[in-house]
Amino acid sequence: MSNELDYLSRKVARGHLSRRDFLGRAAALGVTTVFANSLLSSAALAEGPVKGGTLKAGMTGGASTDSLDPASWQSQVPYKFGRQWGEQLVEIQPDGKLEPKLAEEWGSSDDAKVWTFKIRKGVQFHDGKEMTPDDVVATMERHSDANSKSGALGIMGGIENVKKDGDTVVFTLKEANADLPFLMDDYHLMIQPNGGKDKPAAGIGTGPYKVVTEQPGVRHIGEKFANYWNGDKRGHADQIEIIVINDATARTAALQSGQVHMINRVEPKIVDLVKRVPGVTIQNVAGKGHYVFIAHCNTAPFDNMDLRLALKYAMNREEMVKTILRGYGSVGNDTPINKAYPLFSDDLEQRKYDPDKAAFHYKKSGHDGAVLLRTSDVAFPGAIDAAQLYQQSAAKAGITIEVKREPGDGYFSQVWNKQPFSTSYWGGRPTQDQMYSTAYYSKADWNDTRFFNDKFDQLLITARGELDEGKRKQMYRDMAVIVRDEGGVIVPMFNDFIDATSAKVGGWVPDGNQEMSGGYALSRCWLIA
Amino acid sequence: MSTPVLKLVAQRIAMGVLLLLAVSVLIFIGTQILPGDVAQSILGQSATPQALENLRRDMGLNDPAYIRYFRWLGGVLTGNLGTALSSGQDIATSLKDRLWNTLFLASAAAVVSVPLAIGLGLLAVRYRNGPVDKIISGLGLASTSLPEFFTGYLLIYFVAVQLQWFPSVSTVYEGMPFGERLSAIALPVTVLTLVVLAHMMRMTRAAILNVMQSAYIETAELKGLTPFQIITRHAFPNAIAPIVNVVMLNLAFLIVGVVVVEVIFVYPGMGQYLVDHVAKRDVPVVQACGLVFAAVYISLNIVADIVAIVSNPRLRHPK
Repeated sequence: MSNELDYLSRKVARGHLSRRDFLGRAAALGVTTVFANSLLSSAALAEGPVKGGTLKAGMTGGASTDSLDPASWQSQVPYKFGRQWGEQLVEIQPDGKLEPKLAEEWGSSDDAKVWTFKIRKGVQFHDGKEMTPDDVVATMERHSDANSKSGALGIMGGIENVKKDGDTVVFTLKEANADLPFLMDDYHLMIQPNGGKDKPAAGIGTGPYKVVTEQPGVRHIGEKFANYWNGDKRGHADQIEIIVINDATARTAALQSGQVHMINRVEPKIVDLVKRVPGVTIQNVAGKGHYVFIAHCNTAPFDNMDLRLALKYAMNREEMVKTILRGYGSVGNDTPINKAYPLFSDDLEQRKYDPDKAAFHYKKSGHDGAVLLRTSDVAFPGAIDAAQLYQQSAAKAGITIEVKREPGDGYFSQVWNKQPFSTSYWGGRPTQDQMYSTAYYSKADWNDTRFFNDKFDQLLITARGELDEGKRKQMYRDMAVIVRDEGGVIVPMFNDFIDATSAKVGGWVPDGNQEMSGGYALSRCWLIA
Repeated sequence: MSTPVLKLVAQRIAMGVLLLLAVSVLIFIGTQILPGDVAQSILGQSATPQALENLRRDMGLNDPAYIRYFRWLGGVLTGNLGTALSSGQDIATSLKDRLWNTLFLASAAAVVSVPLAIGLGLLAVRYRNGPVDKIISGLGLASTSLPEFFTGYLLIYFVAVQLQWFPSVSTVYEGMPFGERLSAIALPVTVLTLVVLAHMMRMTRAAILNVMQSAYIETAELKGLTPFQIITRHAFPNAIAPIVNVVMLNLAFLIVGVVVVEVIFVYPGMGQYLVDHVAKRDVPVVQACGLVFAAVYISLNIVADIVAIVSNPRLRHPK
């Protein structure tokens, strides 16, 4: 069989190439349709999960300060390792829908204020104890305790109490929330024995792998858990290992030399080079993460709506995607929401670069002199370049932007959410409600554009309690229009997650919820024998 | 050893201890004026004000600075470095592993580079101003002038990716077989050797050449000794003090200054450990690392001084 056909058929099996495209290319190589079809089915069979081996990932986002306590997680490595050794009540699928995990099913009262989750039976923790509804309740209690240092404290705020009721766990909310089940996917809310109240960093969960080696910032090793409840679907390799490689060049070299099988965060700058390495596949998927330029709506001169509009029209979004993301992303529309979200309306008019309109609004705003933009290379990859591009596109509209480069160390405590005009990054949230509640609701701690809009707040709260999807979608559309036209955020681009795998990796699922196949790469994939 | 030497040595050590105390004050002040806030750094961008306040209170960040200094110093003197704020782990335990890794890498690099540098230095003196001398000096200077990340990437590309002789990821761990460990650190050791080689080699050459101007070298020549005998028997012993000085300086660099190499080769040493904790504003760990680095630096310099005293009869027998 020719190498190319073999390669193409594997691509179809992994869903990277459509059947029609494959047959077309096979024909071009002089192969009959019948033979090509038989090739396809054998490739699909060969692609079934292979058990065994050690699957290794080289990842950035780990430090010697990491711990196994889920409440403390915020960077990539501990969180992605956690997805392999622990589980939540639900799991968000690549298509944005929810699938049962440690909860078998769930439902709410008519007013979306009381939610009941039926907890799965026969699930074992790594220490041999059975997981019970009591563990679920304790987990929720630990993360919602006001004294807790949990990263999930914010999303637990709307919960009045959590109680066990037979096989179920009942959440009573302070106000209606139709999205509550989505929040249960949050990686901090991994179910631990007694909620992790006794030993938060013990590393005991219900996941397909149990922790055997934990060297923060160096390497993390998991060994297949023999009594895992969902072993057909997850946990194919006997052992998994994450090696922390924060340097981009070292990460690529480790993949090339075969020391690891997959890596995260391939820089857009080098994607085309990495692509040419034999055996390496670039795995890119559109996500919810977006790069932002944020102006405080309540601080002069940005309290002037015309100036904000001028700044929005002065942004050349296409150029940003082309230059900063090298095409690995999509243009933003000055709202934090894109098509990766459930209930997204795709009929909003796209805002375009328009120097004339920018100049018009700038003149109307009456602003004089330079506009100071603070940025840093930690805001997002290429933030300094992006600020300079923006400076140039704005100059064509007669707007002078002064770019001030701030030190990366301390940027998120000293500049972001403090200074009136800066660059930053948002990783996205599972639902529109979460995204808007976190960063655009007037009372949110991270309302980083100082956006105070009564109508928007009202829509947000009504939509949260609305169980009718059609009505909710319309409300989210209205909110998007308000943010786009009146808000202080400029969203030039949504970035793709770009990972890479070696020829030995099978079963990769494109999943835009997070990088590394939604965070599940190590338990979803297998080593091709 | 005679009493005056012992006295001199004791003086040097006492000075070192005093210096270390002074450094501890500086380290403490330095970590206090770092911008940013520990709690914010630990919880990151995703932290709520409530969680931040809880954490600050738990960590005793609201006490005055001098109280925190003496609390810390007392702990250090009793061997208790405290626990890391960010992960809650005992600092002494995790620091010990990292320090051991760093010392392992540094000594491997020293074992290769020190004899090589001194040997090449002697060779350069023997054939001074000839082609051998010029080649040795030229290559040495070139390897030192290239930044270590550049030589590191070159080695990774050719030796690890193309030839696949040695791994590009030098992660070592406890219980790793010794042979595997050596193979893992081959590339970082090479880079470090290239970085420190020229400095030591040039200093050896210069120090010996200096001695070679002396009258007694001429006497030795007239006595009919071969050039190499003159260098090893008469010139080298009298040039030991400056050579040891520069060797110690380079050893100190190998221990405290290799963070770039650690990052490129993913080596779990002290440098990366320190940088991670600075980024998280994990002050107790930063202070502990700073103190260890200062102690290493000071003690290596004391060793250099003592060697200089012992090897120099004029200092050994003061008037």
